[in-house]
Amino acid sequence: MDVNKMKEMIGFMDPEGRVDEEVFKGIPEELIHRMYRLMIFTRLCNNKALSLQRQGRVGTLASVRGQEAANVGVGLAMEPGDWFLPSFREYGAQFARGVKAIDLFTYWSGDERGIKPPENSRVLPICITVGSHLCHAVGIAMQARIRDEKIAVLSSSGDGSTSQGDFHEALNFAAVYKLPVVFAIQNNGWAISVPFGKQTATETISQKAAAYDIDGARVDGNDVFAVYLTVKRLLDAARNDHRPALIELVTYRMDDHTTADDASRYRKREEVEAWIEKDPIDRLRKFLSRKYGWDEKKEEELQAALTQEVEETVAAFEAESPPEPTDIFNYMYSEEPWHIREQRDEVKRTVGESSR
Amino acid sequence: MARLSMVEAINAALREKMAADDRVVILGEDVGVDGGVFRATVGLLDQFGPWRVIDTPLAENCIVGSAVGMAISGLRPVAEIQFEGFMFKGFDHIYSHASRMLRRSQGVYNVPLVVRAPYGAGVRALEHHSDAPEALFCHVPGLKVVIPSTPYDAKGLLISSIEDPDPVIFLEPKRLYRLFKEEVPDGEYRVPLGEARIVREGNDLSIITYGGMVSVCERAAQHLSEEGVDVEIVDLRTVWPFDAEAITSSVSKTGRATIVHEAPRSFGVGAEIAATIAERCLLSLLAPIKRVTGYDVIPPLAKLEEYNYPTADRVIRAVHETMQF
Repeated sequence: MDVNKMKEMIGFMDPEGRVDEEVFKGIPEELIHRMYRLMIFTRLCNNKALSLQRQGRVGTLASVRGQEAANVGVGLAMEPGDWFLPSFREYGAQFARGVKAIDLFTYWSGDERGIKPPENSRVLPICITVGSHLCHAVGIAMQARIRDEKIAVLSSSGDGSTSQGDFHEALNFAAVYKLPVVFAIQNNGWAISVPFGKQTATETISQKAAAYDIDGARVDGNDVFAVYLTVKRLLDAARNDHRPALIELVTYRMDDHTTADDASRYRKREEVEAWIEKDPIDRLRKFLSRKYGWDEKKEEELQAALTQEVEETVAAFEAESPPEPTDIFNYMYSEEPWHIREQRDEVKRTVGESSR
Repeated sequence: MARLSMVEAINAALREKMAADDRVVILGEDVGVDGGVFRATVGLLDQFGPWRVIDTPLAENCIVGSAVGMAISGLRPVAEIQFEGFMFKGFDHIYSHASRMLRRSQGVYNVPLVVRAPYGAGVRALEHHSDAPEALFCHVPGLKVVIPSTPYDAKGLLISSIEDPDPVIFLEPKRLYRLFKEEVPDGEYRVPLGEARIVREGNDLSIITYGGMVSVCERAAQHLSEEGVDVEIVDLRTVWPFDAEAITSSVSKTGRATIVHEAPRSFGVGAEIAATIAERCLLSLLAPIKRVTGYDVIPPLAKLEEYNYPTADRVIRAVHETMQF
């Protein structure tokens, strides 16, 4: 366990999109285009949702702008048999694992039907209570050991989650039982108004792995290649050798915490602007033009195609029928007990009355 | 058929379910080598190995949290919390996740989890070792709460709880663990969740109770019958969702109700029972409903325990008052 090595930032792509050939030759061109496409799609969905929110057509949501590389790199690094436990700012990773964009709009609009994960996807609903799902990831990884299933589990959460007791307990359990689980931390610098430096006194999150005697890595979270390759390497080690790991993805939340927040109360515009200069999508675009001759025409075509896809998604979302009032009783229990049945009947009766 | 104490019956239920269904796993503090501090899991490590009887680090939050993950991914975990007073470290995972995952996944992930804990007072235990927090769990939408009162029921209810598709809080009155033995059938049998048991039939007054209070109420009823008061005892067994039909049909017959539980009175399970009676059969009442319960206090240590823990005398006094109304 070399703590200093854990603190080193892993990065393969410089801000100008230059990459050492050796490093990324494990990533096929098709996958790179998929990464780019997903990152842009994530941002377009995100920005569309923000604008719908301002119009009152969806409710409060957490913007992921700035974290697209950390999202998409994680999402694409998993195998289909791996379990994914996302937090609430992981749209890019959710899309990579098969969650439909329309479901996010549905959910943000206050309709719980949108939180349903795809069947057999091994993706969990987003975790809202910060850090809880790290313990759930441990349990799923224990299940894999118990049944001798060759899979890995990945939880993704923010820097704030590392202050929770769940973080400590989950890493400790994972280490003691040598569980196939990777804890990915999206360190975006801010937990609402509290900066990273008030979340922990340690220089990095990754170094905390040393205390549990598990693998730790720190990655430039705006370098999608570094995110993808490092997460993939750690997932492979978890899957094949039962090596749990902690990975810190250093990135930045470019927008407010949620649409109900005003980040200008607690952070300087200069800081945000400096990070906008490090935009992960711009960086990958520079790489593409350098390496594959990506030009403005291709860029415009892609933007137009993805914008069209987002518009169609929103149109389909807005055409959805509203949920039924009695849906509030759905899925409270697998078999409905008498008290839920009685209350369901009450709503059936009274909603009919009140609408008259 | 063997004569078993409650803790032996619980052990038998776990052993038989684990043998029959390899999805059933046990996790908790000291459940393996030590066999649990009350010996509920004794012998299971030897029979099923360390990946099915898991001695965890000392962290109730992650015991429950990881059990939620196990349940989501297809196992049937039985998490043991060493004492009910330590359940609150795991309460977040019970309240925010175990009870909500079915709903939050819109039916994709159910949580067939049992959280077991020794429960209640009456054994002159330490602080945080004599609590009766069942109402807190009953108030969580999506949970079921079970408290057995006999070895036979403990085994049958635990088997039903393990087989249930949803999370069950299974509280074991520690005073009863070794208080008495009774005939318990070998092999699997089920006591269905949600069905009360009529412990004794009577026509003058209904005592509605559960758990460690059932035997206290039986003593009281025996004494009262010698005075000519014919008491019916309803043991809820499943505290929530309780058997409202059994409660109302008993009270409709007798016209009098006394509710007995060891948990604090205010906002307790007794309040919900009283409300149910009021809503469904108020007009059959001949006297006000009475509650005999623990007081709204922190469970006292040994020297004062008997003043809080309901006794047969307190039950008898309450029945007298009701009969004389």
